Amino acid sequence: MSKNTSSSAFRRIDVDQFNEDNFKDEAELPAHGEAGSPAASQLDSGPIMSLIQGGQPAEALKTILAHAPMGSTKAQEEKDAALQLVLKVLLSVKQQSQVENLVKQLDNDQRDTLMKYIYRGFETPSEGSSAHLLLWHEKVYEVAGVGSIVRVLSDRTKV
Amino acid sequence: MKTIYTFGGVAPLTCHAFSADQRQIALSKNNNQVEIHEQSGSGPNGDKFALKDTLDQHDLRVNGIDWAPQTNRIVTCSADRNAYVWTQQPNGTWKHTLVLLRINRAATCVKWSPKENKFAIGSGARLISICYFEADNDWWLAKHVKKPIKSTITALDWHPNNCLVAAGSSDFKVRVFSGYVKDIEDKPSPTPWGSKMPFAHLMTEFSNSLHGGGWVHAVSFSADGTKLAWAGHDSSLSVADATKGLTIFKLKTAHLPLLSCLWVSPSTIIAAGHDCTPLVFNVDGAGQVSFVSKLEEDKKGDGGPAKFSAKALFQNKDRTGQSEVADTVLNTTHQNQISCIQIVKGNKDRADVISTSGGDGKLVLWDLRTIEKQMKGLKL
Repeated sequence: MSKNTSSSAFRRIDVDQFNEDNFKDEAELPAHGEAGSPAASQLDSGPIMSLIQGGQPAEALKTILAHAPMGSTKAQEEKDAALQLVLKVLLSVKQQSQVENLVKQLDNDQRDTLMKYIYRGFETPSEGSSAHLLLWHEKVYEVAGVGSIVRVLSDRTKV
Repeated sequence: MKTIYTFGGVAPLTCHAFSADQRQIALSKNNNQVEIHEQSGSGPNGDKFALKDTLDQHDLRVNGIDWAPQTNRIVTCSADRNAYVWTQQPNGTWKHTLVLLRINRAATCVKWSPKENKFAIGSGARLISICYFEADNDWWLAKHVKKPIKSTITALDWHPNNCLVAAGSSDFKVRVFSGYVKDIEDKPSPTPWGSKMPFAHLMTEFSNSLHGGGWVHAVSFSADGTKLAWAGHDSSLSVADATKGLTIFKLKTAHLPLLSCLWVSPSTIIAAGHDCTPLVFNVDGAGQVSFVSKLEEDKKGDGGPAKFSAKALFQNKDRTGQSEVADTVLNTTHQNQISCIQIVKGNKDRADVISTSGGDGKLVLWDLRTIEKQMKGLKL
């Protein structure tokens, strides 16, 4: 007779791993097509910080967005560091007209990536950051439409 | 010009298909029945449809209907894992024949091949059943296309050569398979998609996006079969061209996701989805896809606030004690998502009338020729 226990540990066993034709996300595979692309190179915070301080937020933003670490092959620390950099840029731009200008300078893919960072920025609010991010959200939405929000939701490679 | 039809009740229309003479329509109201409605009178527009027959054989929700124009047969598939081919008897009633699909999940979509000697059914069992009639045993047999499909097939379309079939899937991939059944047809001639076509051969595979990019909702071959368009859940519309080395052009739209897309001319795609209105896209000679316009102009100044205002909402609440804003009507013809687009008159080379149906239970016929005249700068 088996013993009746209150243990529920068996519920946490990942039974799917024993299914041989279990769906595997391609992004999780190490040999992903993006490995050799510039996106794989390390994001260097030094030059970006000097761009921000030098009053060139547009250049800084474009550089980060072009090299944004995405997907599960990237370490979480790297992504967090990139998020902090993006937030620094976003919060350093104070004026509404300047925000509009910056958003217009980006291309469609960069706007989609920026939208991802805005939503991630909402996850970890700091003093006054959310209000300012809402302004960015509004401006990106004006240009890229609901499509960019849908792509934040549907993309499986998180920033 | 557009004509709106309703079929009683407010139930969503899962899918619909027209008969060859456009006088009859087979549709499912999100349940296990297929209703056949017939138009009375002579005019193509304005006459109401009246219920003529109900095809009641499925146990669960009907997911797909297709009406073969030349042979006048209807095929239906459903979440009960079955498909039936319906043939009309001399007295007008419909007789059903069960198709042996051999699947263990719901059938999701169905399409007759251009020559109507076989049809393809996609299913949640991660396979496509290519079904053909075997005269010896008097039944419909299915051959399976399995590899390398990793998830549910959500959409299907046949190449005009009657052999290749494109499948969109919820594993974010679009694949082109060979559906050549050597028992019933001659060897196909080479196409830009490849020259060797043994059954179930994977001709090519496209990823909707490097970043996953959501389910593929719809696929459509162009009239000449060289281009393949698909719509994904990341609000994108992509076109791959087999004559240009299978290059993909992906347009990320600023709209809500598209659920259905269709070629209406060699350079025009009409797509619709959660935005509740059909959108026109242009594909130029270089293969670039661009958004042209909506198929209907926004109704403005019809009374009622066009823009939602939080201030007005609370003012209203305060003044009247009601929390509802009076205006919940969308300024589009459809009041809910459009899930199905079909060509009613014409073909993929030049469609004259298309029909849309969706979550609001409406069926709308769009006369593209008059719309083209009404809307300046719109070429269809």
